[in-house]
Amino acid sequence: MARLEIRNLEKVYGNAFKAVHGINLDVADGEFMVLVGPSGCAKSTTLRMIAGLETISGGEVRIGGRVVNNLPPGKRGIAMVFQNYALYPHMKVRSNLSFGLRLQHKSKAEIEAATAEVARILEIEPLLDRLPKELSGGQAQRVALGRALIKKPEVFLFDEPLSNLDAKLRASMRVRITDLHKRLKAEGMSSTVVYVTHDQTEAMTMGDRICVMKEGRIMQVADPKTLYNEPANAFVAGFIGSPEMNLVDGALEGGSDPVFRIGGQAVRLGPQMGARLRPGARGDVTLGMRPQHLKPAADGLKGQIVNAEFMGHEVVVHLDIGRTRLVSVLSAAEYEGLDRSSGAISVAPDASAAHVFARDGGENISLAHAS
Amino acid sequence: MTMIATETAPVATTDTTAVDRRRAQISAMVRYTLLFGVGLLMLYPLIWLVGASFKTNNEIFGSIGFIPENPTLEGYRQGWETSTPYTFGRFFWNTFLIILPKTIFTAISCALVAYGFARFEFPGKKILFASLIATLLLPNVVTRIPQYILFRDLGWLDTYLPLWVPSAFAGDAFFVFMLVQFLRAIPRDMEEAARVDGANTFQTLIYIVVPLLMPALISVALFQFMWTMNDFLGPLIYISSVEKFPVSLALKLSIDTTEAFEWNRILAMSVLALLPALVVFFIAQKYFIEGISAGGVKG
Repeated sequence: MARLEIRNLEKVYGNAFKAVHGINLDVADGEFMVLVGPSGCAKSTTLRMIAGLETISGGEVRIGGRVVNNLPPGKRGIAMVFQNYALYPHMKVRSNLSFGLRLQHKSKAEIEAATAEVARILEIEPLLDRLPKELSGGQAQRVALGRALIKKPEVFLFDEPLSNLDAKLRASMRVRITDLHKRLKAEGMSSTVVYVTHDQTEAMTMGDRICVMKEGRIMQVADPKTLYNEPANAFVAGFIGSPEMNLVDGALEGGSDPVFRIGGQAVRLGPQMGARLRPGARGDVTLGMRPQHLKPAADGLKGQIVNAEFMGHEVVVHLDIGRTRLVSVLSAAEYEGLDRSSGAISVAPDASAAHVFARDGGENISLAHAS
Repeated sequence: MTMIATETAPVATTDTTAVDRRRAQISAMVRYTLLFGVGLLMLYPLIWLVGASFKTNNEIFGSIGFIPENPTLEGYRQGWETSTPYTFGRFFWNTFLIILPKTIFTAISCALVAYGFARFEFPGKKILFASLIATLLLPNVVTRIPQYILFRDLGWLDTYLPLWVPSAFAGDAFFVFMLVQFLRAIPRDMEEAARVDGANTFQTLIYIVVPLLMPALISVALFQFMWTMNDFLGPLIYISSVEKFPVSLALKLSIDTTEAFEWNRILAMSVLALLPALVVFFIAQKYFIEGISAGGVKG
């Protein structure tokens, strides 16, 4: 069973720059874990430490219960898919796939069987006698995937494998990888995955659980739904979801029926929010409202329409509410039905889906008392 | 021309295009003639050398044209025989005996050292690399005497060892530098992929780095081949028996030992001495130019 455990993992570079600040993460056997975060959040460094391509400055990495800190990459029971594919340019696809097995001195028959099996799964049989330079991006990435698959590793590591593909291919590869994962799992093969990406869509659609990172620290680990609906802090809230969540600084007032004030305007958040809020949470806060949850309302926040992006089924409206801007996603029908004669509309958040974050630290203070 | 253009307006456009085209043609002709002339001027000594090698000794100084009046192979025949007990074949063989180990060991040792410098962190790396570069700047002459004394004490005089052993220890800083630069441009991903596939450092070098380095290694071998072929001073200092002379010394020998210089023989042998380098260069040219990581890594 290939469970991956990371304990107080640290990375300090020679110039004393601390890239990873003692993170802890458990990935269950067969789980698809996505590490996501903006560039420079050390997600790739973390992955490379798991792979053994980067030395570990502190803490432990355990694969299947075994501490692998001092093992070379080849002995850790991992396989890795690189962003640049990293196929060996001088070897044909067949040799690229079997390189690892040949190093293990496996028998010829065994190697041939394994190559054929992997080629069949990934539908790359016609490519076996080609050189990497004769492959398209998608084909090269499938070969890279095959090279990982053929080793039957305990843990698969993916380092932004789709970021070099065009949007259409990326979408189809996304499905292919998740399908493959499900298939391996169904066949009882080890299929633990750690997948690094900076693309939150990839993270949301592929991961069983997602680990959001920022500046070498884990911000939240949760399944996609929880991450979207109950972000632990303002960073996660802003990072997950598209378009980005509106994060507005203002003041929270009132008791069981709190009111959020910004500039000269105010919006009622309702008693339900009052019950969710951490006791005593008043004063300067940040209100988080997803664009999808901002709908036209007579007694909402009034704003000037700065821009309206027509997307077909919906319209992304950018509003200037004085101090700051809001983005609201309206259905095309909703948008058409609005009275826009003055150039201004008023919107209010669905309070049940809104979040309140502490101004300093950005912690979500509207979760603790959720029903 | 402008007169015509103003008088007959409708034809003016076609006329000016014709004029432009003609101008372009003339300009191209002038350019190519000039380039051809300069090229010929640069190549003339070589062409003359080839021509003169087929001339009789008297004719060489008789005319400046390169086409021999009575072409003869006499120079080649007599030159090959030499005035020593050995033919030129022996001297070519001697050159080969120096070039072969030198080229092979240069490629191996320089690849190893360059791999170390380009891919690993170790204490003192900066200082070591700096001293490597410093030896590049050191004039060769400075080290001649200490080297000579060293090799004399080792008892290596009049052997080929002083000529190739330094190269077996990556003595040619230029090549190491060249390979390091080349390696730095190759992404590390493929080596990392090999390590994940279970290759150790040495296997990574042999199976991944060396094939990627191949175009650079061929260039190194080619340079070393040509430089060794043309090296005169090295053999002159260390080789004293005629039977061990390489081509470069043997050519000089034919000038020394003949009372009246038989220029046609010398020129004929010079032409032969040029051939191996030329042939090797044209054969290796393909690999010389061939790209390296095309397709393997994108980004």
